[in-house]
Amino acid sequence: MLVKRIWGVLLAVVGGFALGGIALYRQEPINSLWIVVAAVCIYMLGYRFYAAWIAAKVLVVDPTRATPAERLNNGRDFVPTHKWVAFGHHFAAIAGPGPLVGPTLAAQFGYLPGTLWIIIGSVLGGCVQDMTMLMLSIRRDGRSLGQMARDELGPIGGFAALIGTLMIMIILIAVLGLVVVNAMKHSPWATSTVFATIPVAILVGFYMRSWRPGRVLEATVLGVSLIFLSVFGGGWVDHQPWLRTVFDYPGLSLAGFVIGYGWLAAILPVWLLLAPRDYLSTFLKLGTVFLLAIAILLMHPQIKMPAITQFVDGTGPLFSGKVFPFVFITIACGAISGFHALVSSGTTPKLIANERDVRLIGYGSMALESLVAIMAMIAATLLDPGVYFAINVGAGVAGAAPELAVHTISGWGFPVTTEQMAKLAHDMGESTLFARTGGAPSLAVGMASIFGSAFGRGLLGVWYHFAIMFEAVFILTTVDAGTRVGRFMLQDFLGHLWKPLGRTSWYPSVVLASTLVVAGWGYFLYIGVIDPNGGINILWPLFGISNQMLAAIALSVATGIIIKSGKARYALVTALPLAWLALVTTVAAWQKVMSPNPKLGFFSGAADMAAKLAAGVLPPERAAVAARLIFNQRLDGWLTVLFTAILWFVILDMCRVCVRRLSKQTVAKSSEAPYQPTRLEDLGVAAGLRDAVQGSH
Amino acid sequence: MGWAAGGWGVVRWARAAWRYLRAVSGDDAYERYLAHHAAHHALEPTLSRKDFFTESQRQKWTGVSRCC
Repeated sequence: MLVKRIWGVLLAVVGGFALGGIALYRQEPINSLWIVVAAVCIYMLGYRFYAAWIAAKVLVVDPTRATPAERLNNGRDFVPTHKWVAFGHHFAAIAGPGPLVGPTLAAQFGYLPGTLWIIIGSVLGGCVQDMTMLMLSIRRDGRSLGQMARDELGPIGGFAALIGTLMIMIILIAVLGLVVVNAMKHSPWATSTVFATIPVAILVGFYMRSWRPGRVLEATVLGVSLIFLSVFGGGWVDHQPWLRTVFDYPGLSLAGFVIGYGWLAAILPVWLLLAPRDYLSTFLKLGTVFLLAIAILLMHPQIKMPAITQFVDGTGPLFSGKVFPFVFITIACGAISGFHALVSSGTTPKLIANERDVRLIGYGSMALESLVAIMAMIAATLLDPGVYFAINVGAGVAGAAPELAVHTISGWGFPVTTEQMAKLAHDMGESTLFARTGGAPSLAVGMASIFGSAFGRGLLGVWYHFAIMFEAVFILTTVDAGTRVGRFMLQDFLGHLWKPLGRTSWYPSVVLASTLVVAGWGYFLYIGVIDPNGGINILWPLFGISNQMLAAIALSVATGIIIKSGKARYALVTALPLAWLALVTTVAAWQKVMSPNPKLGFFSGAADMAAKLAAGVLPPERAAVAARLIFNQRLDGWLTVLFTAILWFVILDMCRVCVRRLSKQTVAKSSEAPYQPTRLEDLGVAAGLRDAVQGSH
Repeated sequence: MGWAAGGWGVVRWARAAWRYLRAVSGDDAYERYLAHHAAHHALEPTLSRKDFFTESQRQKWTGVSRCC
């Protein structure tokens, strides 16, 4: 006990010292090790004290209570699982490209605002949300967020959660598709490598289904080796003048490929493309994150970005808007992700063997995810700031010609030269790195520099394309999986209109629903690609707002349930992050809709472009796409209004339920499953689970 | 247990890591299913490895199982 206390105090001192050091010490470049130490200490403190307190007092974790995995054990999806195995599953499910892209973009404000929010937001918000949703779903037989919203709040809350989820899916896939397209644009090496992953996935799919059914590890080893080969193969392709041209595409063609791919993946059986790709991307993802962590610890590079840049005033070139609220909207998944609420309810709860595991699996996984976001922030800010901006700022802002771009960026106080950029592009095996918006190329340059200095500089180009391939592979997995989930949700809707459309195995309905979902995100992807400012500046804030809205819905459901269960005095645990998210999302939405600044407001942006089009001052290539961009900005504006309306509907619905409960009126009955004692210990299953992993004979 | 103390500790650790890898990747899912089946539904027919695998994949990809 005493040792644990000393540990706690030590953590608090080191963590507080490191975090304070980061926040206050601004005279000279800071070392990335400080940031990692501060983050890890704060996570451990949060886990050791706050999470334990929430588990004991608010969620009232009961180790004697049987979980759904035990009560409903069917040997398939409901299976009591060792906590570290469930942790692995859950982390693999929540870790996506969002926490890599968000911090990269937020680095335009300097390293400090984003870093602080990633750490604080996760410890007090994201981790709490994930753990709470997991626990609430465990107590309700593994029900999903939408079902819990309907059961506990009412049909309005349930419907809003459903619509919100479908919308976020569409925006999410579009923005991630755009990230991949921008990474492959006119890059034969990246394009050929990413294309090669498709036949590799299909091969692995056949292997696991027909040749050696269910031998997941064999198939994965085969697939991952082939993917490594394809990274080198891409380098070879890049040096063959005739092959180069075969894989050299502009953004629009690549967007067409991604859209076609997403459509095919949604209607093909999962074993052929989606499932094998997921195995490969999960292994690559975990492996690369692990490698990156080691490389950062080994090299502990200096952070070259200033703590705070002048762009906190809202004039940022990657995206417009002041540091409040846009750093929170931009970081999104690295601190709090509404999407996690969908995994924490539904999939993971069916694996939990004992309620006491929710702290590790719910809180711990998110803390680790947040650490991934910290590493992405380090990879973005260890670049020379001039280089960072040259890669990430769209040609429409900095200027299309390299000379013009370096002049603009150097003028902001971040010196960079065309020679420097040309050398960098050459080292990375790319023709140019100017205006490669979307975050993936700059993250890849950052990762390649770390990997290169840790494991050999000779292979910079290979490291760069490995990083691009790694991001592309799991973005494409999200595209597949997201389209498929969207398809199921849409079929569910359509089933209310005409019964047969709701049958998930009826092929015409499958094709119709998939086409509608792909058309939805395909549209936003197309607009993003033709946007001369890179598209990310419009789509990413929209994604951030929708994601944070979903988190607010989840926290509303959690707060409602906590108050209904008679623990109103602890409601702040979820109500405080909820209030913060509601504030941030609403202010951001207000500015995106109402701002008279055409760079920030959707409607004023549309009006500004319409005026320029009418006056004939737009260059011809911009005038050609202006009508579509104007329509899109207005659509985005209305979408933002809709997101905000959904958010407030759910919050008010939750408040209504809470007021009724607190004034002793009737409310919807708690949907908690009745208590049953666990028998896992008696039956020796708990010991068996331990043996299965730890192997004590 | 004596052999586990010295140099064999590494072997023991490697075995545990291997078991963990199999469990976390789902490589041993069919074996676990067979064990569960034998214990609880011994009288019903068991799924073949291929059918079990196809079915569990279908199930996995019906809900939200991947995030952003």
